[in-house]
Amino acid sequence: MVKITINNVSFSYGSSVILNDLNIVVEDSEILGLVGPNGSGKTTLIKCIDRILKPNGSIFLDGRDLSSMSRGEIAREIGYVPQSGSGAMGTTVFETILMGRRPHISWRVSERDLDIVSDVIELLHLEDLAMREFGQLSGGQRQKVLIARALAQEPSVLLLDEPTSNLDMKHQLEVMEIIREMVQKKNISAVMAVHDLNLAARFVDKLAILKNGRIWAAGEASSLLTAEIIREVYGVEAVVMQLERPFVIPIRSLNGGVACD
Amino acid sequence: MSTASEVTSLKEEYTRFVGRKLLFMAAVSLCIIIVAGVSATLGSANLSVWEVYSAILARAFPGHFQTTWFAETIVWGLRLHRILMGIVVGAGLGIAGAVMQGILKNPLASPFTLGISSAASFGAALAIILGAGFAGGEYLIIGNTFVFTLLATFAVYGLAKYKGVTPETMILAGIAIMYFFSAMTSFLQYVGRAEQVQEVVFWMMGSLGRSSWEKVYASTIMILICLPYIILKSWDINAIGAGDETAASLGVNVERTRVISMTFASLITASVICFTGTIGFIGLVAPHMTRMIIGGDHRFLIPGSALMGALILLAADTLARTILAPVILPVGIMTSFLGVPFFVYLFLKRRKEFW
Repeated sequence: MVKITINNVSFSYGSSVILNDLNIVVEDSEILGLVGPNGSGKTTLIKCIDRILKPNGSIFLDGRDLSSMSRGEIAREIGYVPQSGSGAMGTTVFETILMGRRPHISWRVSERDLDIVSDVIELLHLEDLAMREFGQLSGGQRQKVLIARALAQEPSVLLLDEPTSNLDMKHQLEVMEIIREMVQKKNISAVMAVHDLNLAARFVDKLAILKNGRIWAAGEASSLLTAEIIREVYGVEAVVMQLERPFVIPIRSLNGGVACD
Repeated sequence: MSTASEVTSLKEEYTRFVGRKLLFMAAVSLCIIIVAGVSATLGSANLSVWEVYSAILARAFPGHFQTTWFAETIVWGLRLHRILMGIVVGAGLGIAGAVMQGILKNPLASPFTLGISSAASFGAALAIILGAGFAGGEYLIIGNTFVFTLLATFAVYGLAKYKGVTPETMILAGIAIMYFFSAMTSFLQYVGRAEQVQEVVFWMMGSLGRSSWEKVYASTIMILICLPYIILKSWDINAIGAGDETAASLGVNVERTRVISMTFASLITASVICFTGTIGFIGLVAPHMTRMIIGGDHRFLIPGSALMGALILLAADTLARTILAPVILPVGIMTSFLGVPFFVYLFLKRRKEFW
């Protein structure tokens, strides 16, 4: 089943075009990975899907045009994990995750809300941090809390903006494994911007390579991650080892020449 | 089994956490009642605590309590409205500070660090020295203060919005507005006569000495009008604290919530300081202290800050009335004295957590 359909989506800030006529679909319980150089439009696309930014063209969720849905309706369907989250002043981890229930609650917190938050905390093994202040956590812990908040929203789509960008190796893997597990367990779809091509190759179902606001190529990671494509998209000379999945080893950047047109 | 019990314990822990917040509010409320009682006994006419309470309760439950005409006149005619004014003004400034800090995501935002006090002073100076303003007669100073308070809030917000609302832009815009109105006030003082200048200076010190029952009613009604929206939007203010985009992704209309909350917060500020003059630090300190004790969930922080603000202002005014008795100091001087050590403490201890 198709979950998200992105149809002729364009976005500009003033006269500079950030996204230029994008078309792509995301299936049910599928992770779409967005890769591409800095400034290629990954973050902008994610914000357009969540209607934090309002693009031209249309994005459909389960066949419904997102522009016809209210902020609250979208918030009940789509969970957004920002690149880095600042905590509100003086809020605990529990309260930060409880905030994910905001689209579902009026004012009073119900038993069910507390149950959901407790379950998510347990699922991500955050029990020991629950009553700590969010602002005192390390980068990896914060990232997990932000994911937990999005999961507490009970969304059918998870949007993640470089969830591993500030993390060490262990936390990168841990966060990606959590996302993978949640997508399978809760039968949700995910769109995720990633910088690390090797992480992308391992954890996503489908890859879209963005460059200059266009989808340069989309498909299976194994067919897209080749030395030629990496040279053309990133301007980087790389060795790609095709084992059970592609492993990218960057060698050097290519200045001038074909890559930096 | 272990997982089920863990979930229960997390829930219990949170419920206890909320319980502690409610306990804090109950404790502060109790302190307010005690300080109010003590405060009502202080003054040149000697009344015992019992006489004071009898006088208060005799009106509330006629027939059940005995009081004297003397005690009733002193308590109801002279002292009680000043005490209630202190509670209402403190609560109003506490609420306004908590809301502004929340929606601007800035721990330094308060009615006074945003340049609002200098705008209010200018409005008062304009009325006192030039006799010009937005209302007539005795309402001239009140009307002017009210209008300029709102004007400054939106000037700061407008300036900051032009560059994007961040903690830095808000403070910088606030400083700009503050200097602008300070300069205008200085100019007015330069051209004013000596006794007018003295009146402006007294106004700027902030005092509960001008309180009356009518003013207590007016401020209370204004706060009661503004408060429901703010309480209702507590969740949204919480979400905005986590970032504008996060709030939007949680279904909050960030821009609208921010503008309406800011309007209500400055309406509350305007409706209390127009009767008292500028009383500094309460709007800054009360939300900070409350946040340190019960955390940043605005569902509890806003009422908590109201109670804390009421307690601090009431205590400060009680001190101001007694410390150099029979001279009554303006309460604004007391709150500023109390505010400075608190600021130093923030600077030394709490810096990492909030900023």
